[in-house]
Amino acid sequence: MKDFTVLDLLDLDLKEKGVLGLTCIGGRPGLSRVITTSKVNRPGLTLSGFFEEFSHNSIQLFGKGEQAYLRKLENSNTYETIERMFSFPIPTCIFCENSSPSEKFIHIAESSGCPILKTSLGSGEFALRLYQTLDDIFSPKQTIHGVLVEVFGVGILITGDSGVGKSETALELIERSHRLISDDTVKLSCVNGTFLVGTGENEFLAHHMEIRGLGIINVANLFGVRAIRDKKRVQLFVQLEEWDSNKSYDRVGGDLSTDILGVSIPKLEIPVKPGRNIPIIIETAAMNVRLKKLGYSSGNEFNQNVLKWLESESARDLYYNNEDTF
Amino acid sequence: MIEKIVTVKHRAGIHARPAALIVKTANQFASDFFIEKDTMRINGKSIMGIITLGASYKTDLKIVLEGDDEQEAADAIEQLFVNRFEE
Repeated sequence: MKDFTVLDLLDLDLKEKGVLGLTCIGGRPGLSRVITTSKVNRPGLTLSGFFEEFSHNSIQLFGKGEQAYLRKLENSNTYETIERMFSFPIPTCIFCENSSPSEKFIHIAESSGCPILKTSLGSGEFALRLYQTLDDIFSPKQTIHGVLVEVFGVGILITGDSGVGKSETALELIERSHRLISDDTVKLSCVNGTFLVGTGENEFLAHHMEIRGLGIINVANLFGVRAIRDKKRVQLFVQLEEWDSNKSYDRVGGDLSTDILGVSIPKLEIPVKPGRNIPIIIETAAMNVRLKKLGYSSGNEFNQNVLKWLESESARDLYYNNEDTF
Repeated sequence: MIEKIVTVKHRAGIHARPAALIVKTANQFASDFFIEKDTMRINGKSIMGIITLGASYKTDLKIVLEGDDEQEAADAIEQLFVNRFEE
């Protein structure tokens, strides 16, 4: 991952249309400082002079309480703890509720090279948004060769070797009113360690596809906005492979799964051979995923029915004294 | 497995035509082919993947080949970069 600097945090605010409401009020040269952790610290204890376990790598957030304490320190002209705090390489200090610290505070920060930001939001709301933003940035990521589509609301990652027909399958799915998130390279990030969200690697190139014989096509222009989506949670992993007559494929609906970034995703292996309609199989798989979510598993249900039937058959045999009367 | 660092030597960077040329060359060989840039690793046999790298002028790329004909493939691909994709 590229270093994430304080300037990137400010830039992010421009892209996300001011979600964090940040502006820089001092220490501009320090904007190149790198943020290395998604943790956020409230430096109340630090200001009072307690420096054990001081989490100086994290962003320091000054809410109303910290600001009031700071004013108290400044009124009594005690700057030692503030100076000591800035002797640590703090990435940045953020002041909430649109309030700014004193000139002296900014001066100490600037001489240590630490940028000072402020936001119009209250500390509670701001911390919530900041955590969400940082979580997005610091979540584990992986780029995968495949196509991510949304079928009936289910995010499906189609993978397989080059030329097996991933893009063609996706094209047929788009034609059937499903949506494309990304073709060819899919950037997956693990959110909260519990689920995967996939996007295109690059927003300029997203929603383009390369179809052999056609070249590169723009899906958004050809099929309209209904055919595209920016990001989607990955709920099913589909592996397309050349039909191998020696390999045994799932015939009753087993429970294959694959592990990506520590998240287990249900997996299907679909053999490809001329005449097999892969998009229809994937559509059905998507519906099956939704059914399973509702607590209904076609494979299990079928097996239960078979068991019930066998049981009733054997009960009948018992009743008729093992004689087949039909 | 062969790993090599190559540099983009022509000003336009790797756009559609050079990408297509890389894929065309790579597809002549059976070896698996990946290109790495920073933390990105993409399949070198896919045009969109290569374009997504955003390899501009003077970018260093790492090419990774694995398979029976890896040496020939690595040489052929390196040659493309050396010849500036015939531009």
